[in-house]
Amino acid sequence: MDLLEYQGKGLLADFGVPTPQGEVCSEAEGVVRCAASLGFPVVLKAQVPVGGRGKAGGVRVVSSETEARSAAQEMLGMKLKGHIVRELWVEHGCDIDSEWYVSFTLDRSARKYLGMLSDKGGMDIEEVAGSHPEAISRVHIDPLHELTEQTAADWISKAKLCDRRGRPIGEEISQKLVAVLRRLFRVFVEADAELVEVNPLVLDASGALVALDAKVSLDANAGFRHPEWADLAGAAYAGSDPREALARSKGLQYVGLEGTVGIIANGAGLAMSSLDVVSQCGGAAANFLDIGGGASSAVMASALEVIMSDSNVASIFVNIFGGITRCDEVARGILGALQRVQLSTPIVLRLDGTNAREGRELLASQPHPLVFSEPTMLEAAAKAVEFASAGSGRIA
Amino acid sequence: MTIFADKNTKVVVQGLTGSQGRFHGLRNRAYGTQVVAGVTPGKGGTDVEGIGVFDSVSEAFAATGADATMVMVPARSAASAIIDAAAAGARLVVCITEGIPLHDQAKTVATLQAEYPGTRLIGPNCPGIISPGECNIGITAGEIALAGGPVGIVSRSGTLTYQALYELSRKGVGQTTCVGIGGDPFPGTRFVDCLAAFEKDPDTHAIMLIGEIGGADEEAAAEFVASSVTKPVVAYVAGATAPPGRRMGHAGAIVSAGKGGAGSKMRALSEAGVTVCSDPCQAALTMVSVVDSLSMHPMSLA
Repeated sequence: MDLLEYQGKGLLADFGVPTPQGEVCSEAEGVVRCAASLGFPVVLKAQVPVGGRGKAGGVRVVSSETEARSAAQEMLGMKLKGHIVRELWVEHGCDIDSEWYVSFTLDRSARKYLGMLSDKGGMDIEEVAGSHPEAISRVHIDPLHELTEQTAADWISKAKLCDRRGRPIGEEISQKLVAVLRRLFRVFVEADAELVEVNPLVLDASGALVALDAKVSLDANAGFRHPEWADLAGAAYAGSDPREALARSKGLQYVGLEGTVGIIANGAGLAMSSLDVVSQCGGAAANFLDIGGGASSAVMASALEVIMSDSNVASIFVNIFGGITRCDEVARGILGALQRVQLSTPIVLRLDGTNAREGRELLASQPHPLVFSEPTMLEAAAKAVEFASAGSGRIA
Repeated sequence: MTIFADKNTKVVVQGLTGSQGRFHGLRNRAYGTQVVAGVTPGKGGTDVEGIGVFDSVSEAFAATGADATMVMVPARSAASAIIDAAAAGARLVVCITEGIPLHDQAKTVATLQAEYPGTRLIGPNCPGIISPGECNIGITAGEIALAGGPVGIVSRSGTLTYQALYELSRKGVGQTTCVGIGGDPFPGTRFVDCLAAFEKDPDTHAIMLIGEIGGADEEAAAEFVASSVTKPVVAYVAGATAPPGRRMGHAGAIVSAGKGGAGSKMRALSEAGVTVCSDPCQAALTMVSVVDSLSMHPMSLA
């Protein structure tokens, strides 16, 4: 779950990481009031859960109420990288001396936590990683251990951080940074984050450290021990795809795409493979939908409802291989869904694995003119693509 | 031979009294697996169709001489269930549970490495392991597997594992062992562990590897194949047409450094001499012809 900047900053502030003073506003007049009370210049930042906002026009510096009003009116409601901007974060301008990059993430290969620190903050850090990998100082932290003061201090000295004039940072700033890094590490671990990235972490003209941006991604699996996330989830997704919002409200793993063949599969691997096979057959998937292990008939019915809510969908490829999901359950789900939803597109099914025979028999016992069955995934995908490209797929 | 689990493996099901634990525990027993006990704290002394239930793994091990467990408990308690099993001396822990928090996964793997190096964890979020004809620990439908080898399978994806088993068996090509290592970021057992075991196993003559986008384990597998595997390997990597994940921040891209996509993985495997196929059905058919050509040259089977 990707947090919006202001949510991420709020989380950082909860752990004692310094962040700029500011407020989130959803109306232009609120922005003006808030800017005036902070004192100009202020920065208006569009709250969408994607990077690269600055280049896309999502960050503006304003120096008067008039400027603040017109900028806010332009920004609120604009579409930024696929997200509608519903909120602006209004924060006090910062007198920047130096911009650094800090992140904590999970390193799957090393099976450890990875911290990265660089004085090339505020710019394209991926480019830096490619062209000057030595400019990023890395530290691996054992998941069973803390980030100790000693480790943090060693990591900082390895990063060779400098101020704007190119002078190495002194002991005082280094100690402040040790504290900030250890707090960010606590956010990463205790808030169950997959990513905590601050770019830039700013050294301001007064010698203070401030997190000027915050990209925090929380691990949805850990939601059960974070009741406080219920509020965050609503705001973070407010501007996204309505199909995905519907799927999320039904608890489904769904990603909306642009094609015409709706996909329902059990297991992420099979769902991805279904996309691959549809593409091989000359079609394009309308979505990725994994109904997971142990999917009940209710889950299957919800999946069909979500897919049929997409007006681009001209056929549906249901690709089920039964393991923990039993094919008779899937068949019951389809039959149940057919009673709840008016089917507007053909469904091509491929059922195999646990209780596949029972599943196929169930479906055969209640034939439907728009439900087809194929023995292999390749044949089923081909048939679904054929329906979709015939254009006659959508009947109602 | 098989790898990691065989007919002598005695299994305790953690979470046997839950609906999934019961369903699959009993299915595993019906397959022929020695499912000797269940564990559910607070339900010790009861039984599930004749399988005794204990309060803890150590009690179950002491009473039955078991050496393996299958974890079928909810995600919030799965990490501690794995450590309980390791602390009780389990040689093998197969964790089916999906949705374990990532930090719990990272800490579990680190704890096993530091304190219980003798415990092999398979999973989490995996279909388990099946050595056809000998034992099935997990949620794979046993009837889709075929005993006798000569193919060893290792897969990150549950349903694509079933797919591979099913297609091979249908063509009369058996399997020594099929390991579903799971799709989560911190699997206890990785491709390389399975490749090494299959390479040593005299009855495995060809290896099927099923990967997915994300992480760099397929790239690591490719390096290992190039340096240490003499048997033919056929691979499929799911996700060639998957939408790029919407991600925030840059840390993920810096860590992966260009690895992680299906293209990079297929290229690395191909350069290591692996036969890479474009869909899972094709991969199975290719494996069938590899096995056919092996049997036409019996010397290579010696």
